[in-house]
Amino acid sequence: MLKDENKILAREVTPPSVYFNRRNFIRAGILAASAVATGVVYRKLNPVGTNSGPSVQTAKIEGVQKPAATATNDNSGFTVNEPETPFEDITHYNNFYEFSTDKEEVATAAANFKTTGWTVSVEGLVNKPKVFALDDLLKIAPPEERIYRMRCVEAWSMVIPWVGFSFSKLLNVVEPLSSAKYVAFQTLLDPARMPGQRSNVLDWPYAEGLRMDEAMHPLTILASGIYGRALPPQDGAPIRMIIPWKYGFKGIKSIVKIKLLETQPRTTWSAYAPKEYGFYANVNPHVDHPRWSQATEQRIGEPGRRPTLMFNGYEAQVGHLYAGMDLRKNF
Amino acid sequence: MKEDDIRFIKLLVLVNGLVPLALLAWDQSHHRLGANPQNFLILTTGMMTLIFLMLTMAVTPVRKVFGLNWVIHLRRMFGLYAFFYGCLHFLSFYSLDRAFSLSSTLHEIVARKYIWFGITALLVMVPLAVTSTNAMIKRLGGKRWRALHRLAYVAAVGGVIHYHMQVKADVRLPLVFAAVLSVLFGYRLLDTWRQRKPALLAWTLSRSEPPRKD
Repeated sequence: MLKDENKILAREVTPPSVYFNRRNFIRAGILAASAVATGVVYRKLNPVGTNSGPSVQTAKIEGVQKPAATATNDNSGFTVNEPETPFEDITHYNNFYEFSTDKEEVATAAANFKTTGWTVSVEGLVNKPKVFALDDLLKIAPPEERIYRMRCVEAWSMVIPWVGFSFSKLLNVVEPLSSAKYVAFQTLLDPARMPGQRSNVLDWPYAEGLRMDEAMHPLTILASGIYGRALPPQDGAPIRMIIPWKYGFKGIKSIVKIKLLETQPRTTWSAYAPKEYGFYANVNPHVDHPRWSQATEQRIGEPGRRPTLMFNGYEAQVGHLYAGMDLRKNF
Repeated sequence: MKEDDIRFIKLLVLVNGLVPLALLAWDQSHHRLGANPQNFLILTTGMMTLIFLMLTMAVTPVRKVFGLNWVIHLRRMFGLYAFFYGCLHFLSFYSLDRAFSLSSTLHEIVARKYIWFGITALLVMVPLAVTSTNAMIKRLGGKRWRALHRLAYVAAVGGVIHYHMQVKADVRLPLVFAAVLSVLFGYRLLDTWRQRKPALLAWTLSRSEPPRKD
């Protein structure tokens, strides 16, 4: 019989039960680790799942007049008898491409946006052009609460208690010339502070415009707050436009320049895709977006969909502005 | 690779494929899907469908380029997961967006071009899922089965177009999927061409490893 030094003695062999146990143990470990890794990757890609971004606490606006006090009659449209969208949703579901194209990322991306030293230049066809310091601009008229429906062109909607005053009050201060037919608006251009502007997903700076009669309409407001507090960055701080019967993208944010013109100004979305977004962009359930329906909308916080109203429910107030116009052509 | 190891790797894929669904369900039950949970569910299930379609299409290139023959055993599960998430995607559209209304679902399917592409992608996956069993492969015969399962290409292309068409302006993510898809198709074209011109490209062949035994 040969003696083999390397021979493993039968008693030294790991018993199969132990061997397989160890193997199963390792495998269970690999399985668990991989599932955790997949979960971590999922969370990285979907941070909304873990939390809804930083909560914001901006300064309270003093002396806000409630709609009951400001509404001249029930037909003003200054308030709406529908549940208000929660503050957390209004501040964590935003289209603001200057910060991010992901609606749920904007709050985080805009969290450190500073508006100190903000000025708004009002120029063009006016008697008294002026560069307003923000504080002076906000002193033009007392702040009012306006509870408006907000209908996004993407077919979702909210009800938002804005704080602001009618834009016409600013126009009255600068005294438009009779030749002024349009108002053009411009957002801040500063890629260092607005990281979204470092990519050319849109043609910066963001520009919007209104016809003079639209701009003068009492429903059209210059807004500086929501829920009685100053606008958080993600909602367009420090000052933005709200035109409640138009799709949300008309409500230009973080405005630095307002110019009165004789001709219709170039506006960002209609320049980007003229067949999809018009200059007027009035909410209209009968004129679909080329790619999706505008007949219904998804109210944030509600299950299912609700029908979209003509002019977003403000037909009684603004319908006459478009009398005789073909709204399929002028969408 | 041993059969036992392959079974374990399949288990790995099975479990990991369910992780996103488990997290979706968990977040949903804790109201942590954000301001627009229905959109989030529709978008995420759609995204998972695309990811699994890409994985399905990546099996053959990975197997041939890296000589990892065992990956072929994962293809069926990738494909079935794509179909599974595709069904969830459609069901969440039908239930959450269309509120279980058959007529409005049908109306939207007809009216929206981007849905044409999506529904085509989903429908072509039905015969693929049905014929995914070993018995069906035998019944159809390898050649016919392989021809039928080229429909996976239609599903992948349709799915990516479907996604691209509804993005408002930021098309970066759909373009990433399109780029991955082009690489996977590019490989297939190159591979076919190579097989037809073996003499010319003998050197390329010599660099890629011969098929290994499992």
